[in-house]
Amino acid sequence: MIPLSHVLLLSGILFSLSVAGIFINRKNVLLLLMCIELMLLSVNFNFIAFAHYLGDLSGQVFVFFILTVAAAESAIGLAILVVLFRERQSINVEDLDTMRG
Amino acid sequence: MFTSILFYAFGTLVVIAALGVITARNPVHCALFLVFAFITSAVIWLLLEAEFLAVTLLVVYVGAVMVLWLFVVMMLDIDLAKLKQGFTRYAPLGTLIALIVIAQIGLVVWARNLGLEPAAPPVPKPAGYSNTAELGELLYTRFLYPFEVAAVILLVAIVAAITLTMRHRPGQKIQDINRQVAVRAKDRIRIVKMDAEGGQ
Repeated sequence: MIPLSHVLLLSGILFSLSVAGIFINRKNVLLLLMCIELMLLSVNFNFIAFAHYLGDLSGQVFVFFILTVAAAESAIGLAILVVLFRERQSINVEDLDTMRG
Repeated sequence: MFTSILFYAFGTLVVIAALGVITARNPVHCALFLVFAFITSAVIWLLLEAEFLAVTLLVVYVGAVMVLWLFVVMMLDIDLAKLKQGFTRYAPLGTLIALIVIAQIGLVVWARNLGLEPAAPPVPKPAGYSNTAELGELLYTRFLYPFEVAAVILLVAIVAAITLTMRHRPGQKIQDINRQVAVRAKDRIRIVKMDAEGGQ
């Protein structure tokens, strides 16, 4: 049988890899969005592991909602990205300085 | 025993796929590595008895969302050399932060260090058990309102994505229904009164 802590550790490794990915690919908006997808996946791992080990299906329902929101997020994010590229011909984060942030 | 071997094998594959996502140079390769990560995690979800969600991940995520991603990645003409400039500069920092986060989560998760009882291994479900039916029953009773809200979120996402990306090029020949309906006869035709020409 798979121990619970190993599943949690796997999800932790996935999460920290995606955090590292955000640091490494900080110029490319596309890759930042991909790293966020990976983060959501690792969170889903936690929910499913606990749903399995506690015998409560609510965790799986939450994963369902997270998948919904992640799909909506990637759709809107990609739409924004396409508009951005049309305006600037670039998806470099450093070029996005209109608001002087 | 067999499930453990499967779990560790596919867990390694997920980690390799995640490494590929964050280090690959070409965004198309990143997207394909993400697809790989989703497929392998669907297998792990199957091992954890979340059958419906595993299939949903494959059908909805790999089948629809990642295809959308690949379309967008291929549509954008990205200057890769410029985007990868700071890669080696920030790689040590990223690695350091990943190691710190892994160490923290490992310390917290390693339940023996905290003196907690390890969770009892769950009883495998009987053969006739349907994960989909159970999930549906829960979704349409206890979580009915959140389910409706999720539907509204998807609707909002559709509307937002369409309004963001729709554009009108000048000089395009499109029917404008409002103008077509509102038009009056005097806007279109001019009646000219003139005498009939005398036949000679």
